Amino acid sequence: MSSEAILQSSELHVDHDTHHEHHHHETFISKYVFSQDHKMIAKQFLITGIIWAIIGGLFSVIFRLQLGYPDQTFPWLEDFLGHWAKGGKLQPEFYYALVTMHGTVLVFFVLTAGLSGTFANFLIPLQIGARDMASPLLNMLSYWFFFLASVIMVSSLFVQTGPASGGWTVYPPLSALGEASSGSKIGMDLWLVSMAMFIVSSLLGGLNYITTILNMRTKGMSMTRMPLTMWALFFTAVLGVLSFPVLLSGAILLLFDRNLGTSFFLSDIVVAGKILPNEGGSAILFQHLFWFLGHPEVYIILLPAMGIASEIMSVNSRKPIFGYMAMVGSLFSICILAFLVWAHHMFVTGLNPFLGAVFVLLTLLIAVPSAIKVFNWLTTLWKGNIRFTPGMLFAIGFVSMFISGGLTGIFLGNSALDIHLHDTYFVIAHFHIVMGVASFMGMFAGVYHWFPKMYGRFLNNTLAYIHFWITLIGAYLIFWPMHYQGLAGMPRRYYDFSNWESFKQFGGLNEFISLVAMIVFAAQLLFVFNFFYSIFKGRKVTEKNPWQANTLEWTTPIRPGHGNWPGEIPEVHRWAYDYAKLGKNGEDFIPQNVPVGDDEEKH
Amino acid sequence: MKEIFLIAITIMIFVIIFQISKASEYVSVLKGEEKSRKQNNKINAFMLISFLVLGLIGVWYCNELYYGKTLFPQGSGSVEGEEVDWMLKVTIAITGIVFIITQVLLFWFAYKYQEKDNKKAFFFAHNTKLELIWTTVPAIFLTGLVVFGLKFWFKITGDPPQNHHVVEITGQQFAWSIRYPGKDGVLGKKNYKLYNQPTGNTLGVDFEDDKSWDDLKTTEMHLPVGVPVKLVINAMDVIHNVGLPHFRMKMDAVPGIPTTQWFTPQYTTADMKKRTGNPNFTYEISCDQMCGKGHFSMRGVIVVETEAEYKKWISEQTPDYFTLFPDKNPLKMIDTSSAANKPLAQVVEKK
Repeated sequence: MSSEAILQSSELHVDHDTHHEHHHHETFISKYVFSQDHKMIAKQFLITGIIWAIIGGLFSVIFRLQLGYPDQTFPWLEDFLGHWAKGGKLQPEFYYALVTMHGTVLVFFVLTAGLSGTFANFLIPLQIGARDMASPLLNMLSYWFFFLASVIMVSSLFVQTGPASGGWTVYPPLSALGEASSGSKIGMDLWLVSMAMFIVSSLLGGLNYITTILNMRTKGMSMTRMPLTMWALFFTAVLGVLSFPVLLSGAILLLFDRNLGTSFFLSDIVVAGKILPNEGGSAILFQHLFWFLGHPEVYIILLPAMGIASEIMSVNSRKPIFGYMAMVGSLFSICILAFLVWAHHMFVTGLNPFLGAVFVLLTLLIAVPSAIKVFNWLTTLWKGNIRFTPGMLFAIGFVSMFISGGLTGIFLGNSALDIHLHDTYFVIAHFHIVMGVASFMGMFAGVYHWFPKMYGRFLNNTLAYIHFWITLIGAYLIFWPMHYQGLAGMPRRYYDFSNWESFKQFGGLNEFISLVAMIVFAAQLLFVFNFFYSIFKGRKVTEKNPWQANTLEWTTPIRPGHGNWPGEIPEVHRWAYDYAKLGKNGEDFIPQNVPVGDDEEKH
Repeated sequence: MKEIFLIAITIMIFVIIFQISKASEYVSVLKGEEKSRKQNNKINAFMLISFLVLGLIGVWYCNELYYGKTLFPQGSGSVEGEEVDWMLKVTIAITGIVFIITQVLLFWFAYKYQEKDNKKAFFFAHNTKLELIWTTVPAIFLTGLVVFGLKFWFKITGDPPQNHHVVEITGQQFAWSIRYPGKDGVLGKKNYKLYNQPTGNTLGVDFEDDKSWDDLKTTEMHLPVGVPVKLVINAMDVIHNVGLPHFRMKMDAVPGIPTTQWFTPQYTTADMKKRTGNPNFTYEISCDQMCGKGHFSMRGVIVVETEAEYKKWISEQTPDYFTLFPDKNPLKMIDTSSAANKPLAQVVEKK
């Protein structure tokens, strides 16, 4: 039935193509709030993501104050946080709440919704040549479920007992028992309900992305002619659709354990002097359910950034991406392997050693497609004619971060080393570099590259360059030394190290890291300012194709209306990477909608 | 006041940066956008190569500053941990080489192939031979790492040597309790429902089981040097983790699911004080799994000492059974205390 509806609606569009934009007299509500235009929904995801990123980033700055300056008090903190910062000193409960929220917000609300929500919505119809998503209504609902999840998560920040504080992985029994931690009271229920809403949002979005890519490509756009962004977003959506439901089941079982007296994850527990009746559950079961999503999740975050970086590097090197099929193949194998490695987060839970060995093997296998991608990016730069647009710089930054963080994955994926490095600062360094910063770099690259398409204006270049350089240098300054802290055995999620003979030698370094973190955070605010300022006052885009790119979105008008192309949707005749070829008018690129000349070989 | 001053300065810096950026945009429009783009291109290309050079120097400098503070120079406190250190070093060497090669290529290519007017990019879409090379070479190196890693993994997760002794460690918010099996070498049964704070049975030991009568409950863990020890790991409330950075070991403590971990201490605490030059050196047990608001303070202490010192220490401990039931059942008390006293006496004699 839905496919019929799609057909009808697309026929409708075709009929009205020529005077498409004059037909919609949209109200403010239908244009900006409950919009069904994929481009507006993408902007909604992006701006909500930016707001969340500011909140999540600010949390990290606040808890870095505690780590960097454990002996000092900050009276103004009490003004903002009340009893959570009594006497200007962050309370341990709230420190852990901040750590938990920082993780939750950035992993899910920023780097999942903000990254793939933005670019899947914005780019899929534009790059495959469709007027909108398969189901604009579900697409709109996807955003509003995300919004609802956001409202619930924000509300949990204001409850008396504080938000969830058991870490973003919310392992029970800690997260199941209010007696074990004040963050495991009502704040934890809100966290779970919010995540359930988030999963609904993610599924609605993901199903839409997959359907659209599979069914609504324009004439001539075979799967192997799609830009790599499309492949990356496609695999991302597949990962999300197959793994998020498992987290939903975990969340619901945990809600049952918390509120209905079941014992899925609870057994043999004495908490706060109280003997609990629960027997027969397994705390480890939750970890399996969590990481069955949790590991694909890191690829849900990373793959879109890979796709974006591939596209932008090719455009700005003025060269085809090297090894297109190998890039698609490695995305595919990463997608498959992502489902088979979840237990490498659980090497020290008492996992069966043989099972552990299988997961070691599968985990290290991922290094192979990752290596292929890195070498292909390097070869894409080789003998290029590189333009350092802000997007390109961030794409290069992405590759640098991906290399640095990916290599430390080889340490942690090897169980014999993980047994030493697990849950130390080494892990923090690893995943912040490879998943956090690298994905942020990909996201920034995308925003700088497609901002002209989104708003018909450019972002300020000088601010962009300042933003890039502070971010790249700052990220290395923050996270590189953390490897050393990890090699000293320093555990994660410690509020204070001063009582530990083994870990207190890094006082000066902690202070340095906190200082850099604040500067980097300030640089992100520069970006936010640039973003909102440029929406209204940025330099106007004067040509359809400012980056001289091949993909279809640059054949639309500078400010495309709902439906994207005023006339017919262009037909595709070639792949997206015909750069470094001589075009008709002497350009060095041939867009996808240009027919193949007689003297060309086909792709 | 200081805060307001700081905020004011930050806002000033923001405004200045913004004004400069705005001005530079106008300048670029006046100068011709193409021309200013090319200038920016040169500047950024130069910045990239500078970043590479300074970055590599930074990597070296960071190592100079902090290598000494890692656990490498003091060596592994356990025999098994030496293999971890060896593997870590091999992995660091391999990934280090890859890191340097790829980062150098990345930034050097970016610099070398920056846009130039008289140049055109080279159409180079794929090359099967190259792609095969960089698929197989990483695969070979990874296989090597997997083989060595798994060899060690199976050793450490396998059975401990015959001469090992057993110590139980139990985590609860936010402290560790240690239990020794006593003379009989067997830990008494436990049932969490027997937990009783007022009587002091905080581990839920089943004192109906006579194996528990000689068990010793302590707050510090003492281990004789050179003897393999198998830890039996439990948790009362939430998941904890027995983190032993000096021994390169770590294992979760999960309520309801006991786990184990074994290793052989090879330096006494006194040895380590000398090796590290730190008179306060302590083998610390850190909780490595988020367990609540006191997670960061969940510290345990291991004292590794010579066989003689260890025997002396353990002979001075009183079985928990005596401290818990001195007068509850006087009749039974006499029987059991003599029964339980005997093994203790033997321990003393043996020493």
